[in-house]
Amino acid sequence: MDMEMEEILNLFFEESLEGLDTMESGLLTLEDGADRETINNIFRAAHSIKGGAGTFGFMEISEFTHSVETLLDEMRNGARSITPDALQVLLQSVDVIREMTQSAQAKTPIVMTGANALSGELARILAQKSTPGAAPATAATAAPMPQAVIPAPIVKPESAPGDAALSGPIEGWRITFAPDPSLFKTCNDPLRIFEELGSLAPLEVTAMTDALPALSALDPTQCFLRWALVLRGAIDHARIVEVFDWVDASSKITYEPIFGAGSPGTPPQRSTAESPPPVAVRAAATRAAATADAHPGAAVAAKAGGESGSLRVATEKVDALINLVGELVITQSMLGRFAEKYEPADIEALRRSLAQLTRNTRELQESVMQIRMLPIGFSFNRFPRLVHDLSRKLGKKVDLKLSGENTELDKTVLEKIGDPLVHLVRNALDHGLESPEKRLAAGKTETGTLELNAFHEGGSIIIEVKDDGGGLNKERILAKAVERGLVDADATLTDEAIYNLIFVAGFSTADTVSDVSGRGVGMDVVRRNINDLGGHVQIFSVKGQGSTIRIRLPLTLAILEGQVLRVGKEIYVASLVSIIETVQSTRQNLSCVAGRTELFKHRTDYIPIIRLHDLFGIEPDSREITDGLLVVLEADGRRVAMLVDELLAQQQVVIKSLETNFKQVPGLAGATIHGDGTVALILDVPGLIRTFLERQGMDMGRAA
Amino acid sequence: MAATILAVDDSASMRQMVSFTLKHAGYEVVEAADGVDALEYARNNAVSLVLTDVNMPRMDGITLVRELRQLIAYKFTPMLVLTTEAGPEKKAQGKQAGATGWLVKPFNPDKLLATIAKVL
Repeated sequence: MDMEMEEILNLFFEESLEGLDTMESGLLTLEDGADRETINNIFRAAHSIKGGAGTFGFMEISEFTHSVETLLDEMRNGARSITPDALQVLLQSVDVIREMTQSAQAKTPIVMTGANALSGELARILAQKSTPGAAPATAATAAPMPQAVIPAPIVKPESAPGDAALSGPIEGWRITFAPDPSLFKTCNDPLRIFEELGSLAPLEVTAMTDALPALSALDPTQCFLRWALVLRGAIDHARIVEVFDWVDASSKITYEPIFGAGSPGTPPQRSTAESPPPVAVRAAATRAAATADAHPGAAVAAKAGGESGSLRVATEKVDALINLVGELVITQSMLGRFAEKYEPADIEALRRSLAQLTRNTRELQESVMQIRMLPIGFSFNRFPRLVHDLSRKLGKKVDLKLSGENTELDKTVLEKIGDPLVHLVRNALDHGLESPEKRLAAGKTETGTLELNAFHEGGSIIIEVKDDGGGLNKERILAKAVERGLVDADATLTDEAIYNLIFVAGFSTADTVSDVSGRGVGMDVVRRNINDLGGHVQIFSVKGQGSTIRIRLPLTLAILEGQVLRVGKEIYVASLVSIIETVQSTRQNLSCVAGRTELFKHRTDYIPIIRLHDLFGIEPDSREITDGLLVVLEADGRRVAMLVDELLAQQQVVIKSLETNFKQVPGLAGATIHGDGTVALILDVPGLIRTFLERQGMDMGRAA
Repeated sequence: MAATILAVDDSASMRQMVSFTLKHAGYEVVEAADGVDALEYARNNAVSLVLTDVNMPRMDGITLVRELRQLIAYKFTPMLVLTTEAGPEKKAQGKQAGATGWLVKPFNPDKLLATIAKVL
């Protein structure tokens, strides 16, 4: 039961965060002009969050969202025009609600600073309505959800206590009930009401049939009866009103207290459920909030938080999977037949069944992988807001174009690519795109364009961040690199090599360090993150026309396109994307530095040679470099040549974690099992290079 | 057989919360995410009670109640509204449409069950 509640609660958080995303993207589109459906969507999202938060006991969220909802409702009804000012406050409110929701999800106390700060803003905007200068603004924000009270309307005629004090204790009530003829249409049964009253105290019911028409004229769906009721008990007036709550407005109901013996008769006292005194409402609201607060809060606190790592899967994907499992079962029964009775003549049928099994297995594998695949749109979604806020801050005009949002990639890759992308987008806005004045001066449009594009290419996904800004300044980068001693002053570098310098840790050419970017932290982290995912990053840039950063990532981390290698009797797998080429070296291409480090002349560079057999302590076929093969590997912008005995097949391998099954081993990313049952270790190329260089005690940063 | 309640809400968490409460009280629960789905289900299946939210995409709860009341099979089916809306205007619309009762969120499970027990 606790688990179940926990799940529902998690669902609520997920839903709220999604709703907030909807609100955010909706609000951003409202800037360009309002359409009704968008406002409705935004409103509904806010409304659901408010309702859910209230139900699950997060009153702070519920209350804050209430004022946001009020504002949205007025926009929706056309009672208020949509101003940039209001949109800005609403966007900030979305952030605040998100923050509150996340802290609730993390089971930490909800921080109110953001909400408190914005409440004033919201109040100010709400006050700018038809009643300028009036007070209701404060009430709108400060008075939390007056609705909370309605379920138990504590409607007390103000004179009642006084009367009771004067005329002795109330001993009962005389009630007349003349329902609206359409009472039955709402499925309200007077009997039900009488039964409920009867459960409070002894009840006498008298039906008055005077309004009943002749049978021929009688419409049985209408109610023509009236009743006189006498309830004998000291029942609170509010309790009785509550029973009649739903039917009261359309019915004529009078309540008359019956006082203790000897008391003077008082005139019948009427009350309707309308307009309860505001004071009572406020007090009750607070009380309702207080109790609701205490309960779920306590229930939730018991459980320790933690990443649930749940996955939302499209129903079609699950259906496809179930379908495939069905086919697998059929194939299995086909094969099962042969276990019972097998004749040599069946060989063809057996072969067919096995072929089918192969196909089923492959399709099943693909479908299962599909489950982890999510559209990159999840990651792109945050950019409209980010670009909106940043361009405002930087005083630039930017048109953001997203394409390929539906391109799917592995959930883990998706999660890890988010931060690097944010960094690249910030950089493009801050350094790439010029200010409107500069753009006009350069003969460009005032508004710059930033494109985020994703698509599949081969077994990879390509993500591009493209701006039509000034492009990278080669001279400046080179000058800075020389100044920092990263390259020799007389070195000639290719454009690509120069651009790659911006990925070196601590490198920044920004003249001024803004709080957006330019502190020289980041680009190196961006590249490391991408490399850790088994990806590559490339820069293309044309001066005056803009830059494109192109990220290539594997579609999934669970399966690797691998090159199988052999060293002595050991089999290893290296990720195909990290291999530049494989060559058989001649003597002339080899040299030795400081008597220890062997170098291989690869094109124009000398790169260190890793002897895999030395690193892992195994016996190779031959120790002569010219006998074996040199596999040129690249990671983190560094290249090395790895000596192996033989290249075997290229194949997809399923990665098994060493960490969970054994322990983490430097230089190894995991293991995989071959068709014949043998285990091959998967090389962690970046780790391998790092380990090797550490052992060599030299930094290859310059040589690369 | 236990009474079947059609719970309509666009918020899955709210639906599950309601469903959880009702199932523990022994009711059968069918969930629908909006008025259109609910109407579709109700047309083709027997439902003993409808419990609906108001603000939903595609078709709101009040329209749902109004539409259902047009159907012969739902002339006498109790229909409760469970919503954060508490304005007299909305309530009046609900009554006009033929709702049997109006409960305001955040909902109190005991109150919800008591109300359902009353109208069923």
